[in-house]
Amino acid sequence: MTQMQLTGAQALIKSLEMQGVEVMFGLPGGAILPVYDPILGSSIRHVLVRHEQGAGHMAEGYAMVTGRAGVAMVTSGPGATNIVTPLSNAYMDSTPLVVVTGQVSTAAIGTDAFQECDITGVTMGITKHNWLVTSADDIPRVVAAAFHVATTGRPGPVLIDVPKDVSTATMQWYWPDLDDLDLPGYHPVTAPEAEDVAAAMAMLAAAERPVLYVGGGVLKARGADALRAFAERTGIPVVTTLMARGAFPDSHPQCLGMPGMHGNYTAVTAMQRADLLVALGARFDDRVTGKVDAFAPEAKVVHVDIDPAELHKVRRADVAIAGDCRVVLEALLSATDAERFGGGTDRLAPWWARIRAWQERFPLHYEPADGPPIKPQMVVEELRDRAEPGTIVVAGVGQHQMWASQYWRFEHPYTWVNSGGAGTMGFAVPAAIGAKVGRPDRTVWAVDGDGCFQMTAQELVTAAAERIPVKVAILNNAYLGMVRQWQEMFYGERYSEVYLSPDLPDYVKWAEAMGCVGLRAETPDEVGPAIEKANAVDDRPVVVDFRTDAFEKVYPMVPAGASNDAIVVHPAHEGLSR
Amino acid sequence: MTVAPERAAERHHILTVLVENKAGVLARVAGLFSRRGFNIFSLAVAPTDDDRFSRITIVVDVASAPLEQIVRQLDKLVNVVAITELAPTDAVQRELLLATVEAEPAARSQVIQLVGVFGGEVLDVGPTRLTVMLAGPPETLDSFEGLLATYAVVEIQRTGLVALPRLDPHPPGARPRREPAHLRRLPTPPAS
Repeated sequence: MTQMQLTGAQALIKSLEMQGVEVMFGLPGGAILPVYDPILGSSIRHVLVRHEQGAGHMAEGYAMVTGRAGVAMVTSGPGATNIVTPLSNAYMDSTPLVVVTGQVSTAAIGTDAFQECDITGVTMGITKHNWLVTSADDIPRVVAAAFHVATTGRPGPVLIDVPKDVSTATMQWYWPDLDDLDLPGYHPVTAPEAEDVAAAMAMLAAAERPVLYVGGGVLKARGADALRAFAERTGIPVVTTLMARGAFPDSHPQCLGMPGMHGNYTAVTAMQRADLLVALGARFDDRVTGKVDAFAPEAKVVHVDIDPAELHKVRRADVAIAGDCRVVLEALLSATDAERFGGGTDRLAPWWARIRAWQERFPLHYEPADGPPIKPQMVVEELRDRAEPGTIVVAGVGQHQMWASQYWRFEHPYTWVNSGGAGTMGFAVPAAIGAKVGRPDRTVWAVDGDGCFQMTAQELVTAAAERIPVKVAILNNAYLGMVRQWQEMFYGERYSEVYLSPDLPDYVKWAEAMGCVGLRAETPDEVGPAIEKANAVDDRPVVVDFRTDAFEKVYPMVPAGASNDAIVVHPAHEGLSR
Repeated sequence: MTVAPERAAERHHILTVLVENKAGVLARVAGLFSRRGFNIFSLAVAPTDDDRFSRITIVVDVASAPLEQIVRQLDKLVNVVAITELAPTDAVQRELLLATVEAEPAARSQVIQLVGVFGGEVLDVGPTRLTVMLAGPPETLDSFEGLLATYAVVEIQRTGLVALPRLDPHPPGARPRREPAHLRRLPTPPAS
């Protein structure tokens, strides 16, 4: 390997190979042209997208199901700005991404050159870090540093901006050790302090109404097994946030499901009444807490997060532990003595009795329909009941996302991919494609809305061309449904700019035009057969247009800014004593 | 907005931030403050004796956010190597002020006298104006600035303060060394 002269472009591709990259998603253009040439001889598969936003979301979907960094490559200027939304999305959801952008030549930087954009400036606040490479010699070191930063500590997206003359310059190839990455200010914490673990255990032993508030950090830490062991040993109820669905099996008797604005009554109320919340890789997001001052008012808080800046940010913790969730859970588990924690759920019998009563009185509920239109919740249930174990579900953002999270039964980690913090409409189709590339052995169902689908559907052309057989269920209610729900509930039924039409576009024809199988279900009877047909296709993407009820709303709902105690339940449950 | 001096002292904390001497680092620090809604009262940047690093001295307004949150967010910036918090009472602080004042011959000696009382210097003399300099703790500069206002101030510039921790006056071993509570553990900068 000594004395090998490479161009910057060759060094870049070779560095990605050295990182073990197997696939990247991208679209070429002027400034990144030199880097596309060595792709021809590379072991890395390149998936040619139809829009750069698709490349970013595909890389996210890939990263979320594999736990590895997703890689995307685009050109300068508009290519780079088109991938800003995925970067922001990945930053909010702590998804490891490495995005390579082309840049105009160093001599042209700052002159408003053709397709010039200061993308490191633009993305400074939505990347974990970014680099503008100014010398070909830096490329291997920067690539290695980029993967290190993206995947360690709290994961996140990084961006490497490569000017065209840096790609064409020659350099002497080398591959750096971890010690040579030149990151003097980067020291992520992983291990907890023993005294903090002891303090947390004392609080747990004293608690009568504890709840494990599990967030996406448990999945990032690959801590699902440790969580299950700890939960079963201590008998504590578990809620899994939108980012943590699958971290603890929904079928487990200790699982209360999803908390938050559209969480189920029991998960929300158990947190409100708790005397101890153990937050594990969760960040007290406003969609979970509702009005912060009124959130879990009697609860002490043990907060575990790998990012020290999350501790005390929203809610003051009584015990704050900076550390990797899996490592901390293992430390907590080894501190659970039989004397204090024996007996599992029996130890907390009075608390469980209250929880079981809530579960019985306020289950998730919708009114089934015999005729059209189809209830959207029913579509999710039918998909769920006809799915192979391990099926990966991907959602966009809105009502369909909440129904997917509520009505699917998540049994395994890394089977749920969605846009949580950023709320990026149009996420589902490209993220599903990326997920399928990462896990070709699994069935991948995107549950999408008609509004979302229209934002990024063109990537199904990519999927058809690349033979990536994803399945898309459109819950087509002809509306921007979540906005419509808010206008109905909070704006006096004044519907402003939310109607989309059920058949413009014709989703079946559109799917077929993109090389996919297109199916439609208009009545409840047609739902099952349509799903069976879709499940039988494995050589190309499938799109199913489910004509769903536009009047259906997501319940329960905590109105924005209200206390979680003001949770609005399904009308059929109104008046039941709480 | 004017703040009573004693209130300002409570609200203002000094952070000395060792950063990598790389392009765009100041923008990263300033951008973090603006996007998180943290207020900067003053900011001074200069190279250190090690050319790989620069030091940014930031006086932050802790009314805008808890100091701990500001420090932890800053610490997440990859180019930030070390952060030291200094409570104003536990730091030696200096700031530099330059002012050009109207000083007709009749008033000139009064201005020069005032500068002398504060231990400042006259840097430049014109037919009707003087440019003066004073280095000192920010409160001294505030007083000086207030008194200068008696004369017509044409232009005034202050640098923002720089600070170092106060030294332990006791010889080593004279008493058990206790790290002051306000001093954050400082990550060891890499060996040069």
